[in-house]
Amino acid sequence: MEKKEMICIVCPVGCHMEVVRDGKSKDGYEVSGNQCLRGKVYGVKEMSNPTRVLTTTVKIREGKLPRLPVTTKGAIPKGMMMEAMKTINQVEVKAPVKVGRVIIKNLLNTGVDVVATRSMEEEARSQSQKVS
Amino acid sequence: MLNYEIVVIGGGPAGLAAAIEAKKNGAKDILVLERDMELGGILQQCIHNGFGLHVFKEELTGPEYAERFIQELKDMGIEYKLDTMVLEVSRDKKIRAMNREEGILNIHAKAVVLAMGCRERTRGAIRIPGTRPAGVMTAGTAQRFVNMEGYMTGKRVLILGSGDIGLIMARRLTLEGAEVLGVAELMPFSGGLNRNIVQCLEDYDIPLYLQHTVVDIEGKDRVEAVTIAQVDDRYKPIKGTEKRFDCDTLLLSVGLIPENELSKSAGITLDRITAGPNVNEAMETSVEGIFACGNVVHVHDLVDWVTEESRKAGRNAARYVSGALKNTGNKISVQGIKGVRYVVPQEIRPENLTGKTEFMMRVDGVYQNVKLVAKIGEEVIRSVKRRHVAPGEMENLMLDLGNIDPKNLNNLTIELVQEEGA
Ligand SMILES: Cc1cc2nc3c(=O)[nH]c(=O)nc-3n(C[C@H](O)[C@H](O)[C@H](O)COP(=O)(O)OP(=O)(O)OC[C@H]3O[C@@H](n4cnc5c(N)ncnc54)[C@H](O)[C@@H]3O)c2cc1C
Ligand code: SF4
Repeated sequence: MEKKEMICIVCPVGCHMEVVRDGKSKDGYEVSGNQCLRGKVYGVKEMSNPTRVLTTTVKIREGKLPRLPVTTKGAIPKGMMMEAMKTINQVEVKAPVKVGRVIIKNLLNTGVDVVATRSMEEEARSQSQKVS
Repeated sequence: MLNYEIVVIGGGPAGLAAAIEAKKNGAKDILVLERDMELGGILQQCIHNGFGLHVFKEELTGPEYAERFIQELKDMGIEYKLDTMVLEVSRDKKIRAMNREEGILNIHAKAVVLAMGCRERTRGAIRIPGTRPAGVMTAGTAQRFVNMEGYMTGKRVLILGSGDIGLIMARRLTLEGAEVLGVAELMPFSGGLNRNIVQCLEDYDIPLYLQHTVVDIEGKDRVEAVTIAQVDDRYKPIKGTEKRFDCDTLLLSVGLIPENELSKSAGITLDRITAGPNVNEAMETSVEGIFACGNVVHVHDLVDWVTEESRKAGRNAARYVSGALKNTGNKISVQGIKGVRYVVPQEIRPENLTGKTEFMMRVDGVYQNVKLVAKIGEEVIRSVKRRHVAPGEMENLMLDLGNIDPKNLNNLTIELVQEEGA
């Protein structure tokens, strides 16, 4: 019988769950130990197609900081992390940016967008910095 | 001398929530003082997600969580000063601060909210042998470098300490192309959240060496190698268990300490375990009218709890200013015993209780199938089951103390009891 002990990572509570293959159940797996429904969904997914949200940064010009934090707007397959990083690292944006702005549409055909996770104003001094 | 009703020191999530809630509860002149160039505190560098599930019912990244509160603060017209460092707070609530434009500022407040957060323990605080080359830094410093300034801190990295910042940085540096060789943890368990062990280490096959510590650092100008060894029950390295790693960076994630220089200057009593101020049910410190919330009180792993605790502090600071907070009746001391390392708040004034009171605590080890038991004297007033508790995960307990006869209310204790048959 296929069975796995796992820790739910959907939220920081981190429930200790047990997922057992169960042909009779609707999802194909029986999940126990979860405190909420999201844990069950995660447990089933972790056995069939594990995914993760990716958070990283992109370069930003003329912002008050040189980096803009971004996130994938949903989870992407776990195996695609490094490839996704490569794509995201090629992007450069220009301030100002509002939180939630789409930075990359449909990342690597996953159907998931990459969006900014903060707003960033222009840096007043960036003009003079560029000259020097 | 400037005059305000409430001055909040620190513009992180704790300070923001306290200021907003104070305003919502009728306080008029509120001033937030922040030494950094922007509001948001440590959240601005925590670009990973996992924030806000309780407060907003959605999963946000640190900067997103901060931005919601910053926006609300601005919309409410609450005053704040950036790049302003508070130097001193006195018992009579006089504050000395400094910034480049205005020089030294002297401010008098009717109530003060301390929300300075915490700082990372450094190498000095834990005594690591070996040379002192570049490339040894705290995980939080590395986090700021990588996520905000945009430069990498090294190519081959070893991490000492499995606190959340270390775990998060193990993943972050791996994603940015560094090789993270492992995480060494002195204790037999990790101090970080379970979800971070799974998604930061296991996902990337980064080994976690429990009961290991650094025994040597080599390198003249830059770190060249770090040796770790297993420790015995008394944390002494065991000969023959050494492992040497060629690496250029050693990150330290060996814990956080509440930032309480200012609290000390005001003569506030600190708790020996939390290293933060002792607080009562109103989040008020031992000095009347000086409140505290967030990581300055005790280190939180979830910002959501910081927000809730800080709302309480802000609300009560407003009540203090308007004279609604009572301080005449008896005081009950609250203590963590038998497996519970500390409990916040440390003191309760029954006269101010409305509804249920929330207690936050940490346990002293990893336990399965236990009960958290709250007692007044010998009488059990509440007992709740927990399948799994660990020092890295804060526990909370709601107690209804309102319907207990105040005359019977004395010493409140919270302890851990192993469940029968488990
Ligand atoms: C690496 C890391 C990862 C985390 N991950 C998560 C997570 O996944 N999920 C989650 O919910 N929580 C997480 N947390 C916890 C959360 O970020 C903190 O609990 C929260 O930021 C604490 O808020 P605070 O306002 O008390 O402190 P801080 O955010 O540290 O803010 C304190 C502020 O006070 C200012 N200050 C200090 N001294 C002075 C002075 N003398 N004068 C003026 N200003 C001063 C500082 O500059 C700072 O802005 C994480 C924390 C860290 C460090
Ligand atoms: S099961 Fe629910 S409560 Fe438990 S960790 Fe998962 S999401 Fe959080």
